[in-house]
Amino acid sequence: MNILVCIKQVPGSSEVKVDPDTGLLIRDGDNVKMNPYDLFALETALRLKKEKGGEITVLSMGPQAAKAVIEEAFAMGADHGALLSDRRFGGADVLATSYALSQGIKALGDFDLILCGKQTTDGDTAQVGPEISEYLEIPAVANVTKIREVTDETMTVEMDMPNQLEVVEVAFPCLLTVEKDIYQPRLPSYVLKKATADRKIPIYSLDDMDDQDENNYGLSGSPTQVKKIFPPETNTTQTMLEGTAEEQAKKLTTTLADLKLI
Amino acid sequence: MARLKVHQDKIDDPEALVAVCPFGSMSVKDGNVVIDDSCRMCLNCVNTGPKGAVEFIVEKKKKPLKKERWQGVAVYVAQVDGEIHPVTYELIGKAKELAGKLHQPVYALLIGSQVQAAAKELQHYGIDKIFVYDDPKLARFAIEPYTAVFERFIKQNKPNSILVGATTVGRQLAPRVAARMRTGLTADTTILDMDAKSTDLSQIRPAFGGNIIAHIVTPNNRPQMATVRYKVMDAAPRQEEISGEIVEKKINEKKLVSNEKIIDIIPKPAEQSIESADVLVAAGRGVKSKAELDQLKELANLLGGQLAGTRPLVENGWIDVRQQIGLSGRTVRPKLIICVGISGAIQFIAGMDNADNIVAINNDPKATIFKSAHYCLVGDQSDIIPQLIADIKARKGE
Repeated sequence: MNILVCIKQVPGSSEVKVDPDTGLLIRDGDNVKMNPYDLFALETALRLKKEKGGEITVLSMGPQAAKAVIEEAFAMGADHGALLSDRRFGGADVLATSYALSQGIKALGDFDLILCGKQTTDGDTAQVGPEISEYLEIPAVANVTKIREVTDETMTVEMDMPNQLEVVEVAFPCLLTVEKDIYQPRLPSYVLKKATADRKIPIYSLDDMDDQDENNYGLSGSPTQVKKIFPPETNTTQTMLEGTAEEQAKKLTTTLADLKLI
Repeated sequence: MARLKVHQDKIDDPEALVAVCPFGSMSVKDGNVVIDDSCRMCLNCVNTGPKGAVEFIVEKKKKPLKKERWQGVAVYVAQVDGEIHPVTYELIGKAKELAGKLHQPVYALLIGSQVQAAAKELQHYGIDKIFVYDDPKLARFAIEPYTAVFERFIKQNKPNSILVGATTVGRQLAPRVAARMRTGLTADTTILDMDAKSTDLSQIRPAFGGNIIAHIVTPNNRPQMATVRYKVMDAAPRQEEISGEIVEKKINEKKLVSNEKIIDIIPKPAEQSIESADVLVAAGRGVKSKAELDQLKELANLLGGQLAGTRPLVENGWIDVRQQIGLSGRTVRPKLIICVGISGAIQFIAGMDNADNIVAINNDPKATIFKSAHYCLVGDQSDIIPQLIADIKARKGE
């Protein structure tokens, strides 16, 4: 089985700070890591490979430094990796990102299965997986919590719905976005890290794509535009309930009663 | 192709310009400011950098969009087995407001099988037209046929905007439809407004784990699409009288082909969802023992509410992931939330700051949770909580 896993490099800490004066993000450029949700997708691929054979390719998009997450995937057991990196991909929203990734996947070859994590920790949209599946014109199942069975033509998975589990049989080629905890991700192996240290990571630019129309990529290919960014507002009306613990508890009880919450 | 051009001659202080970039994409090389491929085109350097230093160049204009051809605000009706998810009524409430600013109609799109009763129920919410695609093949959600129907609806009716609830189905369907229509989709919007002149939907959402708020527009594409989580918008009130027209649509069988087959549906035990609770007692890292957690559970029970918490408590196994509030958990909008021992990371705040009343108990007066709280108790929860439980019991006459 030929599997492709989409991975992304994200800020290492979720506690990104905003400068209160300028409203700009204070970013620690060196502190980056693989999107934690992608680890579950990669682990799923590794388990499927162990059971069914085949090869795993990881694909990422970002600056050259994003090679680091591909190297990490090698140390976990991925066979091949490629990075989409081009200034002309910059400023891409969900649609343009998904389009570039789908073009990259097409350039890399034919895959039976595309795996994505449920979302990234920086963009947080959970939309890129489903959009890639549209551009590849393949079926897709999201919220996959379990893989039940894999045959030559299909796989049977469990999709998590709010009050139900739906058991879905989906034909290859297909795309799955997997839930956190589908499998416990393994740690990168030092042995594999050493063994794959010299493995080349090809860089794909717009010139390697089937569609080379710049208008479909980056900011030009993005229907959504960020008009403004600003720090979140904080609450202004505030009451301090002061005193000893006893007094504080009394004041809060009275407040809750006044609000008809008791 | 849009790009940025750096005019080195207009830069007095290269380091100052570099510092303007929130993504660290600018650097000084051989005395010149350069932009690398991590640039996200946020245009901060253009707008807040030295005047004229960075120019935003759009080289090729696309064909102008005839915006006036796209009319009306549509809501995708989230339903499973004919049961309408309440986020739908919240979206209808918002759609009526947005459409009102444009003096345009509100549409509902209902896809399913044997959904006549659901369509009739929707007539109580002041929708102008309820489009119903009813077919046994649409009984359960499957991405290919649902997308095909959605596409047909859009092409026939050309709505200005479409709102989709961020449910399990909505979060898969909306992006697939947006990609098919080659249009923009903004996820998990928290504020939506309509600019009557440009007919552009103004979409506000938290980004980067909620550390910044982004104002997003889709100026050159229609329809404009946004998903909204449950309990973010105000629900439209149900009216006794019936209004609006039910439009039953047929769809070509060939469009309903699916490469997915639903083999089984396994009901999950009904879980008490923290999203539906009126009162929540939320525990954070400051809660140090299981015994303290049990006290909070008791407090929640006393107030007729439920226990919830932050991510660290999920990670150490004290609460279930379904009880987690925040960007990586659930968004809640209770009448009351009491936050105990929670520092107030923005990821948490973003999941609860629409609560009507926020109480914070924390021994650190500088904890950020206090910035969001309406009622602040600086003190040790292990002293305050037992006292509070006793007081509430006394007041209830227990």
